[in-house]
Amino acid sequence: MNLRRDVFQAIADPTRRAILLLVASQSMTAGAIASNFDTARPTVSKHLQILTECELLEQEQNGREIYYHLNPQKIKEIGDFIEPFRKMWDDRFNKLESVMKKYKSDK
Amino acid sequence: MERKTKINAEDGKQELHITREFDLPLELLFKAYAEPGIVEQWMGTKVVKLESRKHGSYRFETSDAQGNVVFQANGVIHEFIPDRKITRTFEMENAPFGVQLEVFEFERLTDDTSRLNMHVIYESVALRDQLLKLPFAQGINMAHNRIQEIVSKLK
Repeated sequence: MNLRRDVFQAIADPTRRAILLLVASQSMTAGAIASNFDTARPTVSKHLQILTECELLEQEQNGREIYYHLNPQKIKEIGDFIEPFRKMWDDRFNKLESVMKKYKSDK
Repeated sequence: MERKTKINAEDGKQELHITREFDLPLELLFKAYAEPGIVEQWMGTKVVKLESRKHGSYRFETSDAQGNVVFQANGVIHEFIPDRKITRTFEMENAPFGVQLEVFEFERLTDDTSRLNMHVIYESVALRDQLLKLPFAQGINMAHNRIQEIVSKLK
């Protein structure tokens, strides 16, 4: 199974959930976020990178500083717990379709 | 044509509807549900038994790479109308989800396209909601396991 950058992977990690909670109240720089954790700064940077890659966080340039804030649209996707169920059926039906297309061409 | 799978699960109801349009003639779509060898291919499970007829029954079984059985399900077919409709029960074995009633309606759209309407009725609202959340919970667990696996490799 490939390690995919999706929102569900992102929120599976406790540090990343804590970062999301922090940033929920206000935009923060990477330094300000890191100061809330005992974890090494590069580790926090890695978490920020993952959260940004899966679009839960957005970066905003303000002068020389980069601020991180929540992307409400993506946060909503997490609340939409039906999506993985839908995706499961969608994948299954895609498989059905490709199996039957092959079946037809083999005849 | 939009072929995305649609799920309609109204709040507080013990049923749901799954709809999907296929780039397949109706006959081929129906065959995918009726023939054991084909069901095996797209469902990714072993079909131990599938009697595609009224009052027939079926049983699926999935094993992992080590040969351990990880999934078993069975049911009976109440109605089997070729190229139109299948009504059947579905029950996962050794799982606390009860029995569900599944009504599949197969519909011709054009010569080359078709639609499946799947109506699933659960024993209770709570059971439906629990089953809806299952892939969500599994997704999170999978990510957890994956992270643990990576972390243990780093040690």
